[in-house]
Amino acid sequence: MKSSLKKTSPKTFNYDISKKRFRFSDWFAEKFIKSIAFLSIAFVILIFVFVFREAFPVFRMDVKETVTAEPMVQERYGVDDKSAAAEPEKSKETSPAKKVSVPSSTLLSKDWMPVSDNPRYGLIPLFLGTFKVTIIALLFAAPIAILAAIYTAMFAKPRLREIIKPVIELLAGFPSVVIGFFALMVMATVLQEIFGYASRLNSFVGGIAMALAAIPIIYTLTEDSLTAIPKTYIEASLGLGASMRQTAFYVVLPAAVPGIFAAVLLGVGRIFGETMIALMATGNAALVNINPFDSVRTLSATIGAEMAEVVFGDTHYSVLFLIGSLLFIFTFFLNAVAEFYLKNVVIRRFQSKK
Amino acid sequence: MLKTSNIFQLQGRKGILNRSTIDILVEGLTILAVVVIIFIIVSILGIMISGGWSRLSLKFLSEYPKDGMTKGGIFPAIIGTALMTIIMAFAAVPFGVITAIYLAEYASERSIIAKTIRFAVKTLAVVPSIIFGLFGLGFFIGFVGKNMDVILNGGELKWGQPSLIWASLTMALLTLPVVIVSVEEAIRTIPRDMREASLALGATKWQTIRKVVLPGSVSGILTGTILAVSRGAGEVAPILFTGAVYFMSDLPHALNDQFMSLGYHIYIMSTQSANVDETLPIQFATTLVLLLLTFSLNAIAVVIRYRIRKRAN
Repeated sequence: MKSSLKKTSPKTFNYDISKKRFRFSDWFAEKFIKSIAFLSIAFVILIFVFVFREAFPVFRMDVKETVTAEPMVQERYGVDDKSAAAEPEKSKETSPAKKVSVPSSTLLSKDWMPVSDNPRYGLIPLFLGTFKVTIIALLFAAPIAILAAIYTAMFAKPRLREIIKPVIELLAGFPSVVIGFFALMVMATVLQEIFGYASRLNSFVGGIAMALAAIPIIYTLTEDSLTAIPKTYIEASLGLGASMRQTAFYVVLPAAVPGIFAAVLLGVGRIFGETMIALMATGNAALVNINPFDSVRTLSATIGAEMAEVVFGDTHYSVLFLIGSLLFIFTFFLNAVAEFYLKNVVIRRFQSKK
Repeated sequence: MLKTSNIFQLQGRKGILNRSTIDILVEGLTILAVVVIIFIIVSILGIMISGGWSRLSLKFLSEYPKDGMTKGGIFPAIIGTALMTIIMAFAAVPFGVITAIYLAEYASERSIIAKTIRFAVKTLAVVPSIIFGLFGLGFFIGFVGKNMDVILNGGELKWGQPSLIWASLTMALLTLPVVIVSVEEAIRTIPRDMREASLALGATKWQTIRKVVLPGSVSGILTGTILAVSRGAGEVAPILFTGAVYFMSDLPHALNDQFMSLGYHIYIMSTQSANVDETLPIQFATTLVLLLLTFSLNAIAVVIRYRIRKRAN
């Protein structure tokens, strides 16, 4: 551009043109940047589409099944495991539909037996297992993380705070496979010695390990929402003669409840989707009971353990994708609630009172 | 902090004395929570170091596994992780930086588009990592790869299978929010005056971004990249079925080769190894390597970020 300015007398004219050209580049840059930014929306939609697309055959197969082989389905439904083991030879020759046997009608059964002769894809034990682990993890993670956040935000001296916060956030940098390994090799043994239960890997061990993964999330977000409370609230409370403890628990904490709730929700999302820890520390047995010291199999661990071995496009494959879709919907929903509803609550609260 | 409780104690009223004991108890409880968390962090680190330090050596880092994983080192796993994160960074960083520029420089805070993009980025950040694995399998391998095979190779299987490139791209998607958040934070710390000065000198908006905003946010881009690499090196779930394998006798040579990864190595060794006792030191040492890697990366990022924040104030 500079050289063109030096050349000849009609440089103003030239300059104008070059400036226009630059406006084009400006225009182009803006469009380009905008379209790249749009891609992140596209990615979310793509994830939606492709995870659902692979899960969809579950329902289509079911329709086919009910039309073509309904009596057979009912017949097989009645038999228990012993006679089912004797039967497969017969059913193999009679029906080519054997491989596509009743996926979605068994989805609500109590058995997760995807690779037996008579495969059943009951999601109940998986849901129950995930639920159990989530509750246990939350019971550990939420109080510890929230109390620690209260200390850092309210009681700690600024200098101490500068140290504590990054140290606790280091926990977020621990890869989940490391936490899983720690739970598998160390925690499982120690906890079994203390509590003396039968199965070494169970929902209790898994839950505590997942709490380690959820603590930094809950801690950071809670701390953020506590420090976001206007200083005037704290000063007013202290000015009225309340102690710091009273201020923290009766003024700041109630005001920050929506934010803390959002923090816990996102913690739940993390626990719900945590795969490696679940794979390594929960024992991976799809049982239906509520004993916290029994092995469980969570939804995400099921995907992680079985996806590598399924046949592309098989019913089992589709069911695993269905589980994935459910996980996706659930975390999407959690995030949406945390993001839109709760944030609006916080904003409204402080704007109306200011 | 204000020392209100001390003021109350000076007044010496009975009820208030009671109150301050509760205060101390409650504060003690919160301190206990902090101590518990720090104890956990220290004990994980300590146990990994005590279990794996003796096995850790230059030889361990530079040798192939031998004798059914009971001897030798983790060289291919380190190289595999490095290659995967490098490709991942090449994909995620440009995307992340551009998106961050859009969010910080072009989009107005209240526009629906910007809000939607923000929500999409947050969604990418909270979606479980296993879902990314499913997506990689369904989209990259099952859709993109298969169609590439049909178009480029006439149906011969080359791209439509788990491989380094698909695992890296899957991981790039997972780490995209990390990059975006750090870069945007850094861009926002650049003083408004600098932009205005640039515009007043006749620079266009794009020139301002290119010559003022981008150079000013280099440290933010660096932090984002480091954090993304650290995250990508540690995640295992997305690569479970998009490219990682337990053992390879050779390093990956092409983008469509499979690869070994540190995290996957730990997972398989600790859960599916035939003789756990014999490989236990190797497992601890591998975990220690992964932990030290992510830890040091995170520490560097924290330091850079701290500097950026200092500039902002």
